[in-house]
Amino acid sequence: MAKHATPMLDELEKGPWPSFVSDIKQEAAHRAANPNGLDYQIPAEAPEDLLGVLELSYEEKETHWKHGGIVGVFGYGGGVIGRYCDQPEKFPGVAHFHTVRVAQPAGKYYSTKFLRDLCDLWDLRGSGITNMHGSTGDIVLLGTQTPQLEELFYELTHKMNVDLGGSGSNLRTPAACLGQSRCEYACYNTQDMCYQLTMDYQDELHRPAFPYKFKFKFDGCPNGCVCAMARSDFAVVGTWKDDIKIDQEQVKAYAAGELKPNAGAHAGRDWGKFDLQAEVVDRCPGHCMKWDGAKLSIDTKHCVRCMHCINTMPRALHIGDERGASILVGAKAPVVDGAQMGSLLIPFIDCSAPYDDVKEVIEKIWDWWMEEGKNRERVGETMKRLSFQKLLEVTDTEAAPYHIVQPRTNPYIFFKEEEVPGGWERDIKQFRERHQR
Amino acid sequence: MAFISSGYRPEKPMEGRISDIGPHKYDSYFPPVIAENFGKWLYHEILEPGVLMHVAEGGAKVYTVRVAGTRTMSITHIREVCDIADKYCNGFVRWTTRSNIEFMTDSEETLAALKADLATRKFDGGSFKFPLGGTGAGVSNMIHTQGWVHCHTPATDASGPVKCVMDAVFDDFQNMRLPAPVRISLACCINMCGAVHCSDIGVVGIHRKPPMIDHEWADQLCEIPLAVAACPTAAVRPTKVEHDGKKVNTIAVKADRCMYCGNCYTMCPAMPIADAEGDGVIIMVGGKVSNRISKPKFSKVVVGYIPNEPPRWPSLTKTIKHILDVYATDAQKYERLGDWAERIGWQAFFEKTGLQFTHHLIDDFRDPAYYTWRQSTQFTF
Repeated sequence: MAKHATPMLDELEKGPWPSFVSDIKQEAAHRAANPNGLDYQIPAEAPEDLLGVLELSYEEKETHWKHGGIVGVFGYGGGVIGRYCDQPEKFPGVAHFHTVRVAQPAGKYYSTKFLRDLCDLWDLRGSGITNMHGSTGDIVLLGTQTPQLEELFYELTHKMNVDLGGSGSNLRTPAACLGQSRCEYACYNTQDMCYQLTMDYQDELHRPAFPYKFKFKFDGCPNGCVCAMARSDFAVVGTWKDDIKIDQEQVKAYAAGELKPNAGAHAGRDWGKFDLQAEVVDRCPGHCMKWDGAKLSIDTKHCVRCMHCINTMPRALHIGDERGASILVGAKAPVVDGAQMGSLLIPFIDCSAPYDDVKEVIEKIWDWWMEEGKNRERVGETMKRLSFQKLLEVTDTEAAPYHIVQPRTNPYIFFKEEEVPGGWERDIKQFRERHQR
Repeated sequence: MAFISSGYRPEKPMEGRISDIGPHKYDSYFPPVIAENFGKWLYHEILEPGVLMHVAEGGAKVYTVRVAGTRTMSITHIREVCDIADKYCNGFVRWTTRSNIEFMTDSEETLAALKADLATRKFDGGSFKFPLGGTGAGVSNMIHTQGWVHCHTPATDASGPVKCVMDAVFDDFQNMRLPAPVRISLACCINMCGAVHCSDIGVVGIHRKPPMIDHEWADQLCEIPLAVAACPTAAVRPTKVEHDGKKVNTIAVKADRCMYCGNCYTMCPAMPIADAEGDGVIIMVGGKVSNRISKPKFSKVVVGYIPNEPPRWPSLTKTIKHILDVYATDAQKYERLGDWAERIGWQAFFEKTGLQFTHHLIDDFRDPAYYTWRQSTQFTF
């Protein structure tokens, strides 16, 4: 018998999509039955009370969670987010319900051993409810009490050899696409760069020293599966410089309808016969392709590497061999001065381990932003306030046309004093000798 | 309950302390076929919705079965995922960026058995536990935020409306009939801890009433200057008021300058902003992250307010389904939703979808607003 009646949430058990309500109910039943005879370290009814407080929100259309308190583990400034219910008497099982962020492996491959160990730990010391995963990429353990935090951290570090993720004004848990592990488009080893930089910047990740949050994301190609250039302050997006490799026989096979275009991605509708000219050549944003019925040619100088032709004919076209990445800086969600997309800073950077070139850019940006950034100002906002030119200057990057969509339309140019002969100190007396008042 | 020690000794927190060890290395849990062919993948094919085949240079193949996961997930469910991975995938499994779960095998036979098994698993309430889909030119899983389940600043729930939207577009999760992939996302407030600002269809929780001021507590709970500084429109100022016969330091909000972002509440718990009648969601469309054909772009607001309608959010789901269907009918192959809207023009977008255009949809926030007004005589009657 459920502890709370949840007639509104019960409506969310209907329909084909996996129901999180059914799932929480099965966890509630599991804890009530306690098949392993655990001495639960937080109230067994936590999932029941989570449903109860959510049902109350469904009735009242307002949240019942309070502002977080300052909780955490010794020596870290992030990784745990305090959370308290504003109706603790009604829902004692979730009165204190803190979140623990656990660092995920880049690309999110798991063994069942690791997952089961984590489940066992969370069964004993938490609510049994998780997020797989949080938005930034961490494994999120949802709901425990303060006395369990050090115990969880001890068990995670000592028995599972894994650390907490980031929160607060620090480096957030970096994330990567699955990269070369299972994708032919990956222009560099996204998972390794993500892992190495996460390890190299553990201090920045655990101990808040920044004006605000800072996110790294690593996409292997311009398709952008991990949304780096929309969602990270520092986006590393794989690219290449040389020719797209063409297998002309396979191109002919696509043209003849022998191979499924788009790797079968459009198979749910009859779009008619594949038309290489209309669907690939005419849609190329660089207008750099030609198809004469027997041979496909690409003028590399005009290729903008949008991926369309490769996505459309993956068996015939392959990324080039001179590989690296572009770096885009300053993306963020709207709060508070509006959403920003990453802006291209470095068009091509070497991506071989140990990634010193990439780290040099990161550290130059951090030095500047930590000096100049205001409280709760993302680096993208600092860039807007202090100019893109300033970012170029602090990263020792030469201004070039690839940095812009168009040149400025106003004449309000800031010149450096040394750019103007004679500088800015002038003699008014001499001026008056030439010009009467 | 008896407290069970992990071995940690609170009186000596630094004794044997392990810190700064980071995540497990990414290649610790590769299935053998992934480890053996790392960096050698040649091409891939979507065999059917939810089933991928990747082929390596040497001819090795890996089959991936992609199924929906819910972001909010119990350990009982994760253990079931583990049971499946143990039975069919040598004890390995992965999650995608969009909360899907991927089971991999190099055997066609295992693939068939795995698919058949996954199809039979349902929750007691009747929904599928592991529906296949989320590939190609269809709707993939929604990324979303925490909502009323666990957040202190939401303007709507997250898991609930996501469940309702995905029920409504479930056919398109399991099919690939659309002109291009459609990414739907939901953020329960404008903080967007799950960024949805570049989604084909983004749902964003908004408030519509300025915050209340808890004068009795403002000075005790808040650093008032931080709350003032948090306001992007200079609507918040420090003030003194009479409260219970005492002059107290507190905050004032100029209501006509407030656009309800809630940033002040983030800094100051004495300024609660949530309100059952005020809160609801907007719909933004036409964003994308990929550089394919067109450049990445932001989503644009096309519905300025939909009330919160728990438990099933019927107005929201109906509107999204409608936008999706008009797009599916009208767009050309390869056109993302935003590419389609830009080709036909936003005027035509509102005509074709029948969505009502109101003043709420015209930008008035800061300089970029001007660049969204029409500086041309080119339009249609």
